Amino acid sequence: MILSMLMAPEAAAAAPEGSATAGQVLDPSVHTQGANAVWETVNPWATLPQASTFAEGTDLLYLFIVVLSLFFFVLIMGVQGYFMWKYHRKSDDQKTSSITHNGKVEFLWSAIPAVLLVWIFVWGEVDFLKQTVPPPDAVQVRVTGRQWFWTVDYPDYPGVQLTSSVDDNVVTLVVPKGKPVQLTMTSEDVLHDFYIPAFRVKRDVVPGRYTSLWFEATQVGEFNLYCAEYCGDQHSAMIGKVKVLEPELFGEYLAEAGKLEQEEGEPLAAFGERIYKRRGCNACHSLDGSPKVGPSWKGMWGKQETTDKGTVLVDDNYIKESVEEPNAQIVAGFEGVKMPSYKGQLDEKHFAALIEFIKTLE
Amino acid sequence: MSHDHDSPKAHRPAGAGEPHAFMAHHFNTPGQQAGAAKFGMWVFLATEILMFSGLFLAYFIVRMHYPDMVLAAHEHLNKTAGGINTVVLITSSLTMALAVRAAQVGDQPAIKRNLLLTIGFAFTFMVVKYFEYTAKIEHGMLPGKFYHAWDHGYYIEGSPHIFFAVYFCMTGLHGFHVLIGIGVLTWIYLRAGKGHFGPSYYTPVENVGLYWHLVDLIWIFLFPLLYLVR
Amino acid sequence: MADDKSTHDAGHEREPSYLVAQKGLKSWLFTVDHKRLGLMYLATTLLFFFVGGMAAIFFRTELLTPGPGEISGVLTALGMDPTTSATTYNKLFTVHGAVMVFLVIIPSVPGALGNFLLPLMLGAKDVAFPRLNLLSFWVYSLGALFFIYTLFAGGLDTGWTFYTPYSSNFSGTAVISATFGAFILGFSSILTGLNFMVTIHKMRAPGMTWNRMPLFCWSIYATAVIQVLATPVLAITLLLLIMERTLNIGIFDPAMGGDPVLFQHFFWFYSHPAVYIMILPGFGIISELIAVHSRKHIFGYKAIALSSVAIAIISFVVWGHHMFVSGQSELAGIVFSFLTFAVAVPTAIKVFSWVATLYKGSIQFNTPMLYGLMFLFTFTIGGLTGVFLGTLSVDVHLHDTYFVVAHFHYVMMGGTIIAFVGGLHHWWAKMTGRNYDEKQARWASLFIFVGFNMTFFNQFVLGQQGMPRRYYTYVPQFQQQHVLSTVGAYILLAGFLWIAFYLLASLRKSAAPKEPLPDNTWGGASLEWSTQTPPIEHNFHGQPRVDSDPYNFPQIDRTGGMDHH
Ligand code: HEA
Ligand code: HEA
Ligand code: HEC
Ligand code: CUA
Ligand SMILES: [Cu+2]
Repeated sequence: MILSMLMAPEAAAAAPEGSATAGQVLDPSVHTQGANAVWETVNPWATLPQASTFAEGTDLLYLFIVVLSLFFFVLIMGVQGYFMWKYHRKSDDQKTSSITHNGKVEFLWSAIPAVLLVWIFVWGEVDFLKQTVPPPDAVQVRVTGRQWFWTVDYPDYPGVQLTSSVDDNVVTLVVPKGKPVQLTMTSEDVLHDFYIPAFRVKRDVVPGRYTSLWFEATQVGEFNLYCAEYCGDQHSAMIGKVKVLEPELFGEYLAEAGKLEQEEGEPLAAFGERIYKRRGCNACHSLDGSPKVGPSWKGMWGKQETTDKGTVLVDDNYIKESVEEPNAQIVAGFEGVKMPSYKGQLDEKHFAALIEFIKTLE
Repeated sequence: MSHDHDSPKAHRPAGAGEPHAFMAHHFNTPGQQAGAAKFGMWVFLATEILMFSGLFLAYFIVRMHYPDMVLAAHEHLNKTAGGINTVVLITSSLTMALAVRAAQVGDQPAIKRNLLLTIGFAFTFMVVKYFEYTAKIEHGMLPGKFYHAWDHGYYIEGSPHIFFAVYFCMTGLHGFHVLIGIGVLTWIYLRAGKGHFGPSYYTPVENVGLYWHLVDLIWIFLFPLLYLVR
Repeated sequence: MADDKSTHDAGHEREPSYLVAQKGLKSWLFTVDHKRLGLMYLATTLLFFFVGGMAAIFFRTELLTPGPGEISGVLTALGMDPTTSATTYNKLFTVHGAVMVFLVIIPSVPGALGNFLLPLMLGAKDVAFPRLNLLSFWVYSLGALFFIYTLFAGGLDTGWTFYTPYSSNFSGTAVISATFGAFILGFSSILTGLNFMVTIHKMRAPGMTWNRMPLFCWSIYATAVIQVLATPVLAITLLLLIMERTLNIGIFDPAMGGDPVLFQHFFWFYSHPAVYIMILPGFGIISELIAVHSRKHIFGYKAIALSSVAIAIISFVVWGHHMFVSGQSELAGIVFSFLTFAVAVPTAIKVFSWVATLYKGSIQFNTPMLYGLMFLFTFTIGGLTGVFLGTLSVDVHLHDTYFVVAHFHYVMMGGTIIAFVGGLHHWWAKMTGRNYDEKQARWASLFIFVGFNMTFFNQFVLGQQGMPRRYYTYVPQFQQQHVLSTVGAYILLAGFLWIAFYLLASLRKSAAPKEPLPDNTWGGASLEWSTQTPPIEHNFHGQPRVDSDPYNFPQIDRTGGMDHH
């Protein structure tokens, strides 16, 4: 086990297929670069690639502390084991040594760890400071955390907004390989934490202020993104995908992603379903009747909804109002939570598609 | 291991005081008992100081974040009332000290008189506080979401609801301590009436005195910080 | 006192023990006897240990598969709404963490063993303020009642850390009753600490100088200092949180111009020192176990005693290491990281000194000693992994992952709980006048050792691989290790149930020994072994006097004259 801990950072391999329930599948990223087929099969832990410029440094220091800890642990346990064997009680009147202390030894075992600890401290601090100062030419990205999804905007690519979603292979964050990227992050409600293990970066996302984080990806591929600060019920569903592209493809991808348009031959309802996922409605509304943060959309169309203002028929107008002015009428049982307003973010075409989609949810 | 089997008196260190009626069985000497009580009281006062220091910290952070708001909001506190209360509490500390002194020399009427005066000052403090609070409540200068001073024609820039939250937390907790103080002072007064205290036993008076001085001391910090910002 | 170890109190007639000196329920509920209060704390903390542990067993079951499932299955079977399994999971781990911290690990060792042993070890008739001691127990019970009420009033889903603004403005659960419970428990902790501090200062028997105090007393003293100085800050923090939730005072609420991170500073200012409130008494127990069961003078008495005090002091200035990625300033991060490492040094001194104590000893592998040795294994792992977390750049990756979960279970469970269980066995005969079944006890300790490491070791790997904590569903690649963890937890449950079984069995009427047990179970040299087993109501016949130190075993070979190396 210890060996695999040592090796894990270097080996990058696909994890065994899990038998996940639908909706929970985020494929472990497939990066076989530098992996060794035999190692993959014997090491169930080798799933974390080193995909940013920080990763190697962090792992090296990690490894250094592992080795140091192993040294001390083996030393202590070895000595303890030896004493246990050598001095176990053989007779009841066995004499014991009268040693009570030894200044020299005590000094050594205080000073040596102290020196080593200062070394670790300085190393960790130097690496940490590198992570705090983003280069001036970094690609700018804005990240907003909400219960329980992320939205990502690119100031340099107006109109592009990506969201996270557990339900699908939706990409949450796209970055170019080999270029520094700076995220400016804030939260709309509670604390969240933006965490990309493969990059070894993590930063709290705090309501009412901006925090920032930067990295430079070194591998093309898809990586997991997690919320690492407990934020309520669906904290563990606040996960997403980070896609690293060759710099040439990056701009192209975003231009494409900026468009949320009906594709040729795509039925309106299917387009509606895409909007449902891309715009993060799925973070709060289920399709199967189970309430999440908000009421489920199943069987919503055409029914009489009870709200704080009385009952209302769910029709085109009500849906549009619900999306643009969510607090105008609040569905009974959901008084405590607030749906964000999407005013100005969806056009008539989008509404038509969404409503078409909702109609299909008998 | 060796044990003495004689009575505690036999090995009481010299000068540890005469035994009295209130000696608990698990102490060896009255000196030990008094020492324990006093030391315990000091430790307790340390916990009190730390508890208030949390609030002081909150105060300083609010002040750091919103210096102008704190300045503007504090103008609405009644400096005269606060000043009177400061004088009242300082005087009460004096009468308390006199009560302790009287207990040490065994001057029974003086113990009672000074305790009564102290209780009287404590009440005065609470009465003034009452008028201050009612004024604040009438003006809508309340903590957090209850703040509605603008309805009464007071406009304070920034987030004055936080200042008044801090104000009420700090003075409220302090006022609560004054109330507790009135309670223990009364208890001591009743015991003094029964003639419990004298040169050989006055620890309770002394400890209540320490507590009362602390309550006073905390106010002496609260007053300038809240009423006399700048 | 090294000479007449096995005879008690210089040839006194046996007197009725404190257990039977007075009869009736009232004589227990309103007792001011520190020994009885110790037993009452013991019973209540073990009860809550069971509650907290069972919560863990439930939510570990949920983690058997990556998706939601197990809890929903149970809920459906109970006829409840299965869609709430996320909420249920969150409530379970919160209850687990909060109960374990506030109701078990903080009060357990000081409340149970500390109360029972401190006056005995010091040669006093009782603690300095016996009635305050009783009050403190009842305040503890009141706090516990609030927690129990919380369970029935919708539970609590904030995590034991109560971070704002989730706890103050978002959570729909019974935050107020829980925080108020913790607030009350804080006062119990303060009162106990205060009482012990005064007891140690003022109640030592003649001849019991500071340097002749057993190390357990030293560790209780250091603990008391932290309890007294840190807990009031927790009290005020929780009060502010309650105000924030009820009155929206705006101090922590960003929507009202407040600062949510401020709460974290307040919280950790208490809760970091609190982790040493948890571990220091455990350290104290280990010093006793290792010395007595190897009949060796403890190595580096002064260093161990003073390092406890050093830890107590430094622990007040390292709280920021829980907040390296929370948005505090870089400078703060650096300072806190440095100070964190400063705490590791006194701890290292202790670990090395314990191992050195074994040198040329006469080591007996009975149950308490097995736990003592187990502690060295597990705590060292826990402590060393704390160093990973204290390192700035590495913590960026490991923060709020299972690595942290593994770290604190290795120090809390593998440290304090193991020490507590070891101490329980060590003093069981003294406290109850009964012997447990040694053979069963040894086997059960193996279960604990295996189960514990199986549950938590691979969580280090999980965390290093990026598995965040407080997740009730996870990506499938982590399943193997979660299964391993859950199975380990079941083994732990089996082990603890076994311990509970044979300890309770030893209390049965029919298990009463024919002859009263000897006063000195293990050949210890501190004062608690010199009085009758179980002790009489007033602890000693007459006043003990102390003329040598508590690790002066008769087996120590003085012929070499190598007292000083
Ligand atoms: C009993 C409780 C206990 C104890 C004793 C400790 C001990 C230590 N802890 Fe731990 N800790 C917790 C309980 C405890 N901790 C809890 C509950 C949390 C999480 C709370 C939450 O978020 O829910 C936590 C979290 C935590 C964090 C925050 C992690 C994060 O959230 O990102 C950090 C970071 O610095 C840390 C560090 C340490 C260190 C450096 C020690 C040191 O004191 C350890 C010192 C010991 C040793 C180092 C081993 C012995 C020494 C040697 C063998 C010498 C040789 C060693 C070297 C040269 C390296 N701990
Ligand atoms: C003292 C502290 C303590 C102890 C002992 C434990 C014990 C255990 N803990 Fe826990 N744990 C915490 C403190 C503790 N924990 C804290 C503070 C958190 C953080 C919560 C948060 O995030 O807010 C946490 C979180 C936590 C998590 C992370 C949850 C998440 O992030 O999603 C996990 C996951 O595996 C876990 C598992 C366990 C298990 C399997 C045990 C097992 O060891 C339990 C075994 C015990 C039993 C099964 C009970 C049996 C008892 C008896 C039969 C009674 C008789 C006993 C005697 C006579 C001795 N704990
Ligand atoms: C952060 C959570 C959240 C997100 C994201 C969200 N909603 Fe909602 N939604 C709610 C909540 C909570 C309610 C119920 C309270 C209310 O009526 O305002 C609701 C209510 C509704 C209703 C009325 C439902 C009924 O049963 O009457 C509609 C329609 C709706 N949302 C559409 C959308 C659409 C379309 C999107 C995406 C573009 C979306 N929501 C995204 C939380 C959310
Ligand atoms: Cu967002 Cu956890
Ligand atoms: Cu800490």
